[in-house]
Formats: sequence, structure tokens, C-alpha cells
Amino acid sequence: MVIEELKLNIGPQHPSTHGVLRLVADLDGEYIKDIEAKIGYLHRGMEKLAESRNYQQYLPIVDRIDYLSGFFNAASFCYAVEALADIKVPKRAEYIRFITMELNRISSHLFWLGTFMLDLGATSPLFYTLREREVIVKLFEDLTGQRLMYNYYCFGGVKRDLPNGWLTRVREFCEDFPSKIDEYEKLITENPIFLERTKGVGVLSKEKALDFGITGPNLRASGVRFDVRKNLPYGIYREFNFDVPVLNDGDCYARYQIRLLEMRESIKLIQRAIARIPGGASEKLHIKRTNCGCNKPECPFCGEDTQIYLKKINPIGLRIPSNEVNIWVESSRGLSGCYVKSNGTNSADRVKWRTPSFSATQVLPELCKGGLYADVIAILGSLDIVLPEVDR
Amino acid sequence: MIKALIAKLFSYFSLPHILVGFVWVVFKFAVIAAIMVVVVLMLVLMERRVLAVLTIRKGPNRVGPNGLLQTIADAIKLLFKEDIVPTGADRVLFTLAPVLFFAPVLVVYGLIPFAEGRAGIDSSCSLLLLLAVSSVGILGLVSAGWASNNKYSMLGSMRSVAQGISYELPLVIAALGVVLLSGSMSLNEIVLAQKNILDWYILPSGIGFFIFLTCTLAELNRCPFDLPEAESELVGGYNTEYSGMKFALFFLAEYALLFAYSAVIATLFFGGYTSPFGVYAMGFIPYLKKIVFVEQFFWLMLKTFVIVYLIMWIRATLPRLRADQLMSFSWKFLLPLSFLNLILLALLKYYLG
Repeated sequence: MVIEELKLNIGPQHPSTHGVLRLVADLDGEYIKDIEAKIGYLHRGMEKLAESRNYQQYLPIVDRIDYLSGFFNAASFCYAVEALADIKVPKRAEYIRFITMELNRISSHLFWLGTFMLDLGATSPLFYTLREREVIVKLFEDLTGQRLMYNYYCFGGVKRDLPNGWLTRVREFCEDFPSKIDEYEKLITENPIFLERTKGVGVLSKEKALDFGITGPNLRASGVRFDVRKNLPYGIYREFNFDVPVLNDGDCYARYQIRLLEMRESIKLIQRAIARIPGGASEKLHIKRTNCGCNKPECPFCGEDTQIYLKKINPIGLRIPSNEVNIWVESSRGLSGCYVKSNGTNSADRVKWRTPSFSATQVLPELCKGGLYADVIAILGSLDIVLPEVDR
Repeated sequence: MIKALIAKLFSYFSLPHILVGFVWVVFKFAVIAAIMVVVVLMLVLMERRVLAVLTIRKGPNRVGPNGLLQTIADAIKLLFKEDIVPTGADRVLFTLAPVLFFAPVLVVYGLIPFAEGRAGIDSSCSLLLLLAVSSVGILGLVSAGWASNNKYSMLGSMRSVAQGISYELPLVIAALGVVLLSGSMSLNEIVLAQKNILDWYILPSGIGFFIFLTCTLAELNRCPFDLPEAESELVGGYNTEYSGMKFALFFLAEYALLFAYSAVIATLFFGGYTSPFGVYAMGFIPYLKKIVFVEQFFWLMLKTFVIVYLIMWIRATLPRLRADQLMSFSWKFLLPLSFLNLILLALLKYYLG
């Protein structure tokens, strides 16, 4: 009798591959002998697009790199361009960026929690998490006009000031939200079936996590205290003192817990930021003048002609001197890096994105081998992979 | 009454009287099938509305008054869908599988006493027959998974076999506890032995109820044991390739079985069609005394729907078990527990009554 292994294609159209990931698995009964992640079904050429567009034209696209946390991509690109063009961002705009980014982290984690539980077979948590996410998305909609692709940050600040009563609503949400997390914990954390499914499943050791370049909550669940916000602070993060939750188990359960802890920490950060946010006229939200450093009136970068007194920096005027920069931002999934090489014209020579989901996809086969088929789905869910971010 | 009417009709048309017996059986099962279809239509809507309430949604509320006709609209949609048989599928088995799954359910309905003396088949060992017949349905799932020529379907059917076999044992042993208490295998007599809320077998056999309910969930392939059709793992499990009326038949049988098993739980542990107060309200009114079976039917429905609601509630709360955990839960926990339950009940019966 010949015993053959079953070759199973999981995806690209499959309910729980979170998009268009294709996994080719060799199954022995229900046990995984080998698994391979095939990516590239959602490649849109995000990096190449930057070369044929000027900086302003490229900015709205970057939100699409990770559609669940668009603010982080926009932030890393904005910080990169600002660093290259030597633009200083006003304090109030930095605070608005800070608050929106932390809210976005919460909304992304909420969506992750719902879909993760859906992968494990529990349908209800999705609706509860979406209820809270809806509040955040509504806040973003009122602020930016969009629910998913915000296109709100601009070089040198943010596009418009906060609407009336917006901060009050955020504050109310922050007061309300911790009790909602308690609600999820009541439903999920102590559930024996959930514990059975996640404890000791897909253990990612510290060494392996570092080898594969895993970042973000997945890395911190494996016991490495690394958070870009804390270790290499950007924006106004260095003005805040906050905890970085770290757990040592590295299994699916730790990855679940760390995200809940992060949501609680984000709430505290938002509350502190709201208490400290400086006021000011809405004109102070943008820098209206780009600067190459010479400050001569006849200079094409610093001269009178290119000073724009309205909302935006002139797209034609924004010619960034030849230089290169690498900016790291802690997105909800981990270290989101943006490398920009400028060449003195108004479009970049090269833009390279370093995205956390890409590393997480690569480590997936290592975690799944020898496990059961149902564990693949649990591990895939717990790693919080967003496919457009993998393929760009 | 109706039997006499049929006999009269036969003699009026001068048909052979020997056929009356056959027609009577067919008539009874036609009524049961009608009950079943109505129940399933209600159940599907109920499930969607209950889940909607539990997950802060509204549920179907557009078709008909307050969404009551939603299931009928869905059924019509399924009727008009193209009936697809995938290439490489075993056509005969593929067509036969839904029937194989559906037919035992009808028999199970025939065995449940809906009111005193009103069961399709009133056998002295109806409980045994019920347990035996209901496990035939797994054959339908296996052949569906095998015939579909789809890897997900095959994995699903493999899971359903393993699950069906390993949860059948504790289920039967838990039911055996009730047989021990009542001293009869007839469902009707089991019901009549618990005429009062204090006589309900849930009280001595609480563990048995827990085991029976758990195994029922597994037999029904419902959450947290919905592995054969785990949509986040196996896309659709054994019914991935099914469409149109064949899929509808699977769907119908699943919900019909949910109701049937709930009715069996109500019968075994909650006194079936008897009133919890020991007396029937309709029994006091002289004119209504004759149709007291209506009230009995009401009590059975009430108890059954409470259990159905419980099962739906479980679905909204729990995540899914993994295949190996499912096995170890059955063999290492439920089976010893069911034996323990049986021994305890035997001791109870021996010393107390």
C-alpha cells in the first residue's frame, strides 16, 4: 500500500487566509508535514509607483499599503520626506498625528481580535469588536472624510484641524473603552476551549523571532522588549513615558494577550495626549514653506515664489535636495520602515517599504510544521498578517 | 378517528381493506414530514434572529411581516439554483448522499412521541431504534465528502466519521442511565415515568444530561464541534461542492436533526410532553378534555425550543475545538464520565427505589 501525502492548496480564495495568501500544505491526515507560503497575489507596485509621481501625488497611495492602519504608512512617509526636506512639524499637528495613530492602533487590533476569533470558530466577538471599531472609524470619518484610506497627513503637518467636539468624543471613548476590553476578556480569556486552542500553539522562540525579523506585538509576545516608539522614538513619543508590555511565552495566547494590553496602553496614551494638546489657530497646523537651508530669496526652494500661504505645499515647488533617509514607525503590526532616496527633483529616486507582515509570513511555515491543520489557521490568525502589506 | 375515516373512505370506494394499514402509516409520516418542514422553516429564522440578538444585530426583517418569510424566500432561491455536479465526482453517490443524510431524520421524527399515544412508530424499544437510526446519517456525510472529489470535503467527511463514532458511545451510555431509571426503552413510557417536575430525570441524572447535550452537539456538527464543516478551516466541509436543492436537503436535515435531538433531550430529561405541574389545564375543562394532546404538544414544543435556544446560545459563545482535542475530550473525559454516571444511577436505583 502506498501512503501518499495530501497536497492541499489553502487559498488564495479561502475564508481565513485574510486576503489572498496562498499556502501549499503537505498533509498527513490532519498533520502538517510541510507548508509553504506563496505571496504576490496582491502586488500593486507600490514602490515603483513612487518613482513616476511627485511626493504629493504619492502620498494618498501609501494609505493602501496596510489598509487597516493607514495612518502609520502615511506617517512614515511624511516623516521621511520631512526629514529630507528639513521641515519641522508644528506641535499641535504632531499631537493630532499622535492621537490618530494610537486610535488607529486600537481599531486595527480590534479588527484583528474579531477575525482571529472568527478563525477559531467563534462568531460573536467579531460583532462586539466591530461595534467599538465603528466608533473609531466614525471619529476618523468626521476628521478626515474617509473611513479607511484617510489621506489626512501632509508634509509638515495635517490637512485640517479637529472638528468641534472631536476631542470630547475621543475622551468619552477612552473612558468607555477599558470596560469593553473587560467584556472581551470575560468572553474570551478564560474560555477553556480558547485556552486549549491557543496555549502552547505556534510557539515563536526569542531567537527565531529575531532571526526572522519579526517586530511589533508578535516580537514582544516572544519576550523581546523592542518598541520603536520607546527605543527609537519619533514624533512626540519621547515626551511620553509609557509601558511596553512584554510577555515571554511566544504562543498564540501570548500574542492575543499582548494586543489587549497594548490597547489598554494606547488608551492611556491618548488620554494623556488629549490633556496636553496645545491649542492654536488652524493655520498653525502646516508649515507653509519648504526650506533647503540657504534662505536666499532667489533660491527655487526657499524663495518667495514657493512660499504657499494656503493649505498645501506646492507640489511643483517641493524639490527635495539629493539625500536619503530611513524612517521607522511602530505600526500596529510592528516596525514599518520607509526608505526614501531623493534626487533634487520633485519625485523620489527610490522608495522602499519595510513591512512587518512580510516577516510574519515568512516565519509561518516554521511555526506550523508538525502541527495540526486547524493550528495553521490559528497561527495565521494570531500573527496578524495583512496581505496588501506583504505584497505592497 | 382519522384511521376510521380512512377505513370508511376505502369501503366507500370499495378498495381492499388491507391497504388501510399502509395508507395509515403513510398518512402519519406525511403529517410528521409536514411538521418537520414547518419546524425547520421556523428554526432557521429563529437561529438567525437569536444569533442577531446575541451579536447586537437586527437579523432578517425585510421579507414578509417582520422577516417571517425570509426562509421561504431562501428556499425558493435554492430551488431555482443550478444543480452542479463537479467534474470527477461520483455522480450516483453525490446525488445519493443528501438523501442518505435526510432519510434517517424522518424516521427519528416518527419515533418521538409528540403527545400521549401520538408517535409515528410506537415501539417498545423506540429509544434504541432512535439511537441506531440517527447514526446512519453519518453515512450520508461520508459519501458526500468522498463523492465530491474535493480535498476539503474529504477532510470534512473524515472528521465527521471520527466525531460520529467517538461521540456515539457516551451518548448511548448517557441514554442508558435514563433507561435504567425508568426501566423501559419505550420513549412513551420514559415520558410517563416523569409526570411531575420533581420526577424529571435531570435531577438524578444531571451528569447524564450534560453528557447527552455535549454529544448531541457533536452529533449535530454544531459549535463547538462543528469541525466537519468548519468554514474557517475547510471552507464548507462536506458540503463545499453542493448547491441548489442538494445543499438545501443537507441544510434541512441538519436543522430537522437539531430539533429532533432537542425533542429527545426534552423527552429523556425534562418529561417530554407532560406538564411540569403534573396536571393539564385543559384537563379541567370538560369540552377540551378530549383534545388534551394539544396542550401536551405545546409543553413538548416549549421544552424543545428552550433547549434549541440553549444550543444556539452555545454556538454564539464558544470557539471551535481542534480535531485531536475533540477526540481526547470524548475518549478521555466523556466516556469515563458516562460510565461513572451509569454506576451512580445504578446505585441510586438499587438503594433508593
